[in-house]
Amino acid sequence: MPLLRIEGVAKSFGNFRAVDKLSLDIRAGEFFALLGPSGCGKTTLLRMLAGFETPDEGRILLGGSDIAQVLPHERPVNMMFQNYALFPHLSVRDNIAFGLKRAGMARRDIAGRVAEMVALVKLEGMEKRKPDQLSGGQRQRVALARSLARRPQVLLLDEPLAALDKKLRESTQGELMELQRRLGMTFIIVTHDQEEAMTMAGRIGVMDAGRLVQVATPRNLYEAPASRWIAEFVGDINLFNGEVTSRENGRLTVATPDAGRLAVSELWPPVTRQVVAVAIRPEKVKLSRRAPATDGGASQAINRLEGVVTDVNYLGGVTSYRVKLETGAVVRASMANTARLDVDAYLAGQRVVAWFTADDCLVLEQ
Amino acid sequence: MSARRIFARPARFAAIAPYLWMVLFFLVPFGFVLKISLSQTAIAQPPYTPVFDFTEGRAALAAAFAQLSFDNFRLLISDNLYILSYLRSLVVAVTATLILLLIGYPIAYGMARLPQRWQGVAMMLVIVPFWTSFLIRIYAWINILQHDGLLNQVLLALHIVSAPVVWLSTDSAMYLGIVYSYLPFMILPLYATLSRMDASLLEAAGDLGASPLQAFWLVTFPLSLPGVGAGALLCFIPIVGEFVIPDLLAGSNSLMIGQTLWLEFFTNKDWPVASAAAVALLLLLVPPLVLYDRLQRRQLEANS
Repeated sequence: MPLLRIEGVAKSFGNFRAVDKLSLDIRAGEFFALLGPSGCGKTTLLRMLAGFETPDEGRILLGGSDIAQVLPHERPVNMMFQNYALFPHLSVRDNIAFGLKRAGMARRDIAGRVAEMVALVKLEGMEKRKPDQLSGGQRQRVALARSLARRPQVLLLDEPLAALDKKLRESTQGELMELQRRLGMTFIIVTHDQEEAMTMAGRIGVMDAGRLVQVATPRNLYEAPASRWIAEFVGDINLFNGEVTSRENGRLTVATPDAGRLAVSELWPPVTRQVVAVAIRPEKVKLSRRAPATDGGASQAINRLEGVVTDVNYLGGVTSYRVKLETGAVVRASMANTARLDVDAYLAGQRVVAWFTADDCLVLEQ
Repeated sequence: MSARRIFARPARFAAIAPYLWMVLFFLVPFGFVLKISLSQTAIAQPPYTPVFDFTEGRAALAAAFAQLSFDNFRLLISDNLYILSYLRSLVVAVTATLILLLIGYPIAYGMARLPQRWQGVAMMLVIVPFWTSFLIRIYAWINILQHDGLLNQVLLALHIVSAPVVWLSTDSAMYLGIVYSYLPFMILPLYATLSRMDASLLEAAGDLGASPLQAFWLVTFPLSLPGVGAGALLCFIPIVGEFVIPDLLAGSNSLMIGQTLWLEFFTNKDWPVASAAAVALLLLLVPPLVLYDRLQRRQLEANS
């Protein structure tokens, strides 16, 4: 039995179906991310878990009992709000102690727990400050400490890092992960930032139009997206529409109008449709001045596309290129800048061969 | 350089204009009242002495100045009539403000929680009665409350009372009139604070285990205190000096300071004592006014 089981939960606002018969299991101690574009229903789902919305149908089982109709103040879950929702009239200490007092904890224990939480989020010396005397990052920490103080079975985090600048966000991501591991608590985070989800979460649930379209580890989500939409939503990808023309030894040949015949490896489950898309991530597309020699091995079949470099974007760690093929289609490639002095950099206008192996390609049916 | 000067002159005027206004329309008249309060009553035109005549030279002015005394203020302290009037004004103002708070807070709270499009309608409903003259509305209350008025007719028809009840010329009628007239001044500042409150704070309180009632007392109410303060002072200050409502609706056995002042001024023609009463009333109201100003400023800072 998972810690949290969401069963056929649906929620509509007027005619808008925010969450559409969604089911999901979350294990104890998991760091789970709900990822999706704005309006996909991820926040509504989180608010149903917190109790701020009641599902129209379905059950939410926490530790085996249905909490779908339980009021927020009677649920053993806590939420960290996107805007932090710190009580402006209370000090850091009183904000953190708020939930403990409501739980009827003894005064001495409250002082101990507050001190523990303050130390956990490294806010020693700030206990007497009011929220408006804190920086954004400090407020975020108070909100985190406040939501953790009651030791909830599940901590819900609604875009917890959205208000922080990039550097602070990255360091806070690490701290959140470390904290979650140390406390062994179950975290469910809602985010629209895929990098954030991939960095922190053990599993990611991708939502679109109120449904979960894929639940997978970050790696599987990226390397084996379940659909075209997910492939394009998570990271960058080159897509070539085409038709399967032949199939032998786990190798498909797909005829594409844009890139000619492409050899791709067939994974499990086998492709059933005739009309498919071949997908290849930009970092798996290599560029070279001359076509690479064909290796005889069956798995090393190489797809070669000749074209002209049209754009070069130097991004520090990587450089991304756009290569225009003779058909007019564009292939994106990105290469890690592994050397400081790159004598091999390509220039706009240069003729190149963009190539990739059959194993690096994906076949997407929908 | 010249461009800056052209720009600077109106700007400088704008900066001193409020002070100019205060000096012209508040400090100078107050100076007159203060001077009269230190004079003696006389059967003359104007009805007090001394009169400063700036045309008769410095010696005459000094002589007139020497005639000024605090006798009227001594009278205010020694005569029960004035002290009781002040006390009654304070009691009425405090009681009425508390009633206003008890009625106004739930209304403002309800308004702030209405759907956005209904909030404007509710606001109109609060303000619309003010489009009729204040006096007409008080006279309407006299009509409703009088011996054969609407209220007694309804009570008799419903057999709640067997004989007409005396409503008019009682303290109840006065409180009714004051609460009715000042309610918007209580509701509007409260509504302004309550409607600005972040709804996620209440969700956070609920999430942390507070029942809706606890969330109200621990979060909503403390955060609405600036509005409570502003509304209470906005009502309290003018109610202390209220003259029309007690004069028309209350009985004549005990007077508020505004009524006593009116009597001294128009019936007794004792301008100096009336002025002294006015000065004393102002001094009484200075602490709450300062408090109101401070609250306002704090709210402005909180908003910026």
